[in-house]
Amino acid sequence: MTAIIDYGVGNLFSLKSSLAYIGADCVVTSDPAVIKKAPRIILPGVGAFEDAAAKLRATGLDELLKEEAKNGKYIMGICLGMQMLFEKSYEFGCHKGLGLIPGEVVPLLGAVPSELKIPQMGWNSLDIKGSKDDLYKYTENGTHVYFVHSYYAKTDSKYITATSEYGIDVTASAKNGRVMGTQYHPEKSGKHGLEILKAFTELK
Amino acid sequence: MITKRIIPCLDVKNGRVVKGVNFMNLSDVSDPVQLAKYYSECGADELVFYDITASAEGRGLFTDVLTRTAENVFIPLTVGGAINEVSDFDRVLKCGADKVSVNSGAVRNPNLMYEAAKKYGSQCVVLSMDVKRVDGKYAVFVKGGREMTDLEAIEWAKRGQELGAGELVINSMDTDGVRGGFDTELLTKICDAVTIPVIASGGAGCAEDFVKLFNTCPTVDAGLAASIFHFGDVKINELKELLKQNNINVRI
Repeated sequence: MTAIIDYGVGNLFSLKSSLAYIGADCVVTSDPAVIKKAPRIILPGVGAFEDAAAKLRATGLDELLKEEAKNGKYIMGICLGMQMLFEKSYEFGCHKGLGLIPGEVVPLLGAVPSELKIPQMGWNSLDIKGSKDDLYKYTENGTHVYFVHSYYAKTDSKYITATSEYGIDVTASAKNGRVMGTQYHPEKSGKHGLEILKAFTELK
Repeated sequence: MITKRIIPCLDVKNGRVVKGVNFMNLSDVSDPVQLAKYYSECGADELVFYDITASAEGRGLFTDVLTRTAENVFIPLTVGGAINEVSDFDRVLKCGADKVSVNSGAVRNPNLMYEAAKKYGSQCVVLSMDVKRVDGKYAVFVKGGREMTDLEAIEWAKRGQELGAGELVINSMDTDGVRGGFDTELLTKICDAVTIPVIASGGAGCAEDFVKLFNTCPTVDAGLAASIFHFGDVKINELKELLKQNNINVRI
């Protein structure tokens, strides 16, 4: 069972549909009891960091996630959900994240060459790092995945499992123990995106 | 590096795809779900669904189709047509759309873009515009190109970006339907004026037109077309191979 956390941010329809499509058991929930019982958790998110972090705090799910991470549960953040796994974000100010992966979230603006558009919107290829992460057990290096973002995670290379080139090496996915995240949307990345979700739902 | 996107556009009326679609391997060529799946498997990078239904009943059929598509096709879906209020964004996003394109509704009420961007994020708001040269100026048209407005296209594009649109679809009425290639002159001017992604629409007659588009306007992000894909004149997988041979970065 994979619990998709519903905290009022973004559209969970595609994520839920994609897990159903690959035959993975999942539930969309904000119920702490259900989340605690699930062996895997997905933290989705679209929109602004501050608003999403506030909603997560308001529901008390931030503490629950930290506790679950401590208990060794598999947690996957997607897009803004991934950014919230880091310590802080500089999106319109400076905001605290969950701190489950060391590092911070910074603007693409100023970091990438000025002729590149922001947000990065579209398909970019994965440069999978080192010995392939479990998340990529079905994924070939160079696979294209779908990105929509204006901020990216800056962290020590030891936490980075894949990058994509957008003028600079942008963190495409990161991992700290059993906590991981993808900046791209696997649920919108065609059949190769589904393979990444499948790999996550098979973690145990 | 980020790839150039190829986007087929499906016009949907009362829950069925219109325009003479003819694919031998599909049992029901006007079923949007089957067509969407087919395009996704051929390598389409995104899909645009355009709702041309006039009735409330047709609107309901459209959202049913959208839901079924989003349950089966896992690439970005943009929805346009009859988007006039923030509640219309809500209606289609709930059914699995990722982006919503506004056209006449944004001309009537430009603040719609601001409100929607604030609520759903800029990445979700696409400003689509129909543009035609009138007296040496680029005029914006509404109501499916039937009605001219006072708006000038380049100014309107900049205004859209300021109000929160995250992407532009530029449909040139001068090249649309002529099949002589995209309007690279207009597209270059738009691209020079904004920093958000620009999707070119109107005029594609053959695969080479896409090569010319991306070579002439290297900052255009995507090419959109309808009939050449629906009629099978251009196959998306073959188009992408051709683009690749011409050193244009695409997702194969």
